[in-house]
Amino acid sequence: MSVNDVIMQAMRENSIDFVTTVPCKQLAGVIEKIEQSEDIRHVPANREDEGMGLCAGAYMGGARPAIIMQNTAIGVTINALATLIQFYRMPLPMLISYRGEVGEPVACQVEMAVHTKALLNQLNIPTYHFHQPEDAAETSAILSHCFMARKPVALLMDATFWKGA
Amino acid sequence: MIRSDVLKTLIPLISDQLVVTNIGLPSQEMHLLDDQPSNFYMLGTMGLASSIGLGLALAQDKKVIAIDGDGSVLMNFGTLPTIANNPAPNFILLIIDNGSYGSTGDQTTYTGMKTSLAEVARACGCDIVIECSAQDTKSVVETALAGDKMTIIISKCESGNIKVPVIEMDPVVIKDRFMKAVNA
Repeated sequence: MSVNDVIMQAMRENSIDFVTTVPCKQLAGVIEKIEQSEDIRHVPANREDEGMGLCAGAYMGGARPAIIMQNTAIGVTINALATLIQFYRMPLPMLISYRGEVGEPVACQVEMAVHTKALLNQLNIPTYHFHQPEDAAETSAILSHCFMARKPVALLMDATFWKGA
Repeated sequence: MIRSDVLKTLIPLISDQLVVTNIGLPSQEMHLLDDQPSNFYMLGTMGLASSIGLGLALAQDKKVIAIDGDGSVLMNFGTLPTIANNPAPNFILLIIDNGSYGSTGDQTTYTGMKTSLAEVARACGCDIVIECSAQDTKSVVETALAGDKMTIIISKCESGNIKVPVIEMDPVVIKDRFMKAVNA
């Protein structure tokens, strides 16, 4: 099974029914599957902090949301994470394309990659780094953990991982 | 009429509705004038009231009114195409447009200069966009609440603020009682 299918299955196992996305090349396959699915509402966002607002509202409306984004988004979402998701204590699974790791062709992506884990660590956000395609098997348990804890949780999925797509 | 005058006229209409209020004075004024479990007060995160409101409206069937400000919509302009392309018939976005950043000292915003939020909303694809005076806002909101079409209302009012205390309620309490009101 491709990692895209494992991620979709994990979302279904956790009854995730509202997903907002800002695309990344590595995420294209899973975003397409979400767009085609009938049981998940897909609301593309223009910026990831907007997406976190959508997820916060959907959560309070009884949905089980998630956001799919690139790690560069950490730079534009710190305020939304701290003053909305964390302050009000909401769950938010963040499925993150971890650009700028080994295999990255674009040097600029490395500039945010070197800050990604440090920023997530500074925010006390539980962070899981998927490097091998088989790491995807943990997705379901991590999503479940996120909703249990009512915290934002980051799944960083790097270029080596996406070779399993 | 200033923003707090407009909010006062709306209270009989929105007291028992799900209301998301923008950071700063709009939340503080609603909290002072008519604190309700069905009000979600934003204590931070400028710009996201309309996004929270849309997400809430898409996730359940009750009417949702997001009370936003011109400065906050300018900060999160990307919200308007998202709203236009993901219409929720139970969603009303009320932008109190006083042409200024009220919570920070009434500095002029660009809507107080050349920019029209109504025209921007229409250009983004929002089907029902109504710009009205402060005085007419109550009747426009009443019509929108009675209908079943997503409506963007831009209420043009004067700049100015009343003295209001900060909200000391714990954010988790705000969220918890709001979610219970959503489910009631």
